Amino acid sequence: MTQSSDTSGEHPSIAFSDTPSPPSPYRKAALNGLWKNNAALVQLLGLCPLLAVSNSTVNALGLGLATLFVLVVSNTIVSLVRHQVQSAIRLPVFVMVIAAATTCIELVMQAVTFQLYEVLGIFIPLIVTNCAVLGRADAFACKNPVGLSAWDGAVTGFGFCWVLLLVGMIRELLGQGTLCANMQLLLPFWPESAHFSFGPNYRQFLLAALPPGAFITVGVLVALKAGIDRWLTQHANCKKTPIVAGSKRVRVTGQIT
Amino acid sequence: MTKSHRPVTQPPPHNAAPSLTRNPFLRATLSMGALLAAFALATLTLCMLTAWLTRPLIEKNQQQALVQTLSQVFPHDKFDNDLMASTVVIAGEPLGYKKEITAYIPKLQNRATGLIFTIATHEGYGGTINLLIGTDRQGTLTGVRVLPPHPETPGLGDKIETKKSDWILGFTGRSLQNTPTKKWAVKKDGGTFDSFTGATITPRAVVSSVHQALVFFNEQGRELVRTNNP
Repeated sequence: MTQSSDTSGEHPSIAFSDTPSPPSPYRKAALNGLWKNNAALVQLLGLCPLLAVSNSTVNALGLGLATLFVLVVSNTIVSLVRHQVQSAIRLPVFVMVIAAATTCIELVMQAVTFQLYEVLGIFIPLIVTNCAVLGRADAFACKNPVGLSAWDGAVTGFGFCWVLLLVGMIRELLGQGTLCANMQLLLPFWPESAHFSFGPNYRQFLLAALPPGAFITVGVLVALKAGIDRWLTQHANCKKTPIVAGSKRVRVTGQIT
Repeated sequence: MTKSHRPVTQPPPHNAAPSLTRNPFLRATLSMGALLAAFALATLTLCMLTAWLTRPLIEKNQQQALVQTLSQVFPHDKFDNDLMASTVVIAGEPLGYKKEITAYIPKLQNRATGLIFTIATHEGYGGTINLLIGTDRQGTLTGVRVLPPHPETPGLGDKIETKKSDWILGFTGRSLQNTPTKKWAVKKDGGTFDSFTGATITPRAVVSSVHQALVFFNEQGRELVRTNNP
């Protein structure tokens, strides 16, 4: 039985280690984009579409997916050309790329999901002004390789999308008394009757249907997120420091460092 | 006398171009400008390509949307022609527009059965409301719809949409004959039409506009339909 020496430098599959391996950049980007540095709840970017279009589930999902597409495409292109673009002109170039991506998605939506395009109206081209898109291009895509930049665009987009979707569902339920109504405008396979409704006698909560209600909903979500974060850190702290039983002497003389 | 230490300057060369391109600052600016122009060209080409590829589908969608809207204000059993091919251009001023507009003539077995046209009222709460009016040859309304987008307040004035309430369906079947002029107003003003809780200006504007549309039909529309009948 020859004992194979590990000359390849690769660790065997079972590694006993006290310190966890550092998270891969993909995992880190995903955690940031979806939660820690969420574009809508933490960075508070893209508030204009977030508040204006989140009045129903289908609108929110439609614009969320459009923004996601623009984020992925713009991040990819910016990352591809990041070595060619000089620093002084990078912002005009990024804006041009984002504008092109937005124009293309607008044309595609007009061709494929026409009714939803009419409903979303001006908010599709307004994706260009969404600071989250330019922010990711300048903060991440121009400094990182293509695969990672595309991934970052995707997770930032998903992070924005889930918040948009949640606000959309809340506002639709309270403001119109339905949930997922008219989803067939976006997803053609969705049967028109498959939505929840409180019924025609539902007294619509007008505040939820108007922009101030959107502000309040987002504010509540930001507070909830902060609360969850605090609970999570407290939970983690409790686990970290093991409580040692025994007397604890406090030093009150001499040099206290 | 000491010689002054003044630097000896040479006159600039005749041809200034070489010194310009040797200037590193200017060269950098020119190269950045060229790069910007290249990106502009590339992004523009991409947009043009997408526009060209999607144009047939978009046009088909727009036609479909228009036909769908038109058929909401005229009963399906009263026309069998292609409305998009049966149009007439009319002056828009009496209907609240600055330029000419297109009206549609529905025909059943090649005989005109009515008129479909749009009218704009500028007395809406938020601005201009565009209405699509369908009438038969006698001047009775076959249908009225609000054309999106409209500027009325969500939750208050937007009840003029069929999605929000059936109010606008109450115009169907009305005419200047069966509803006297005095009654073409909201109930608050002594008329027969309901207004909305919290919103009077919007229904008032729509009622007055529909009345104006019927007056227009009486004065000009009837003749229009007659002359456009083959």
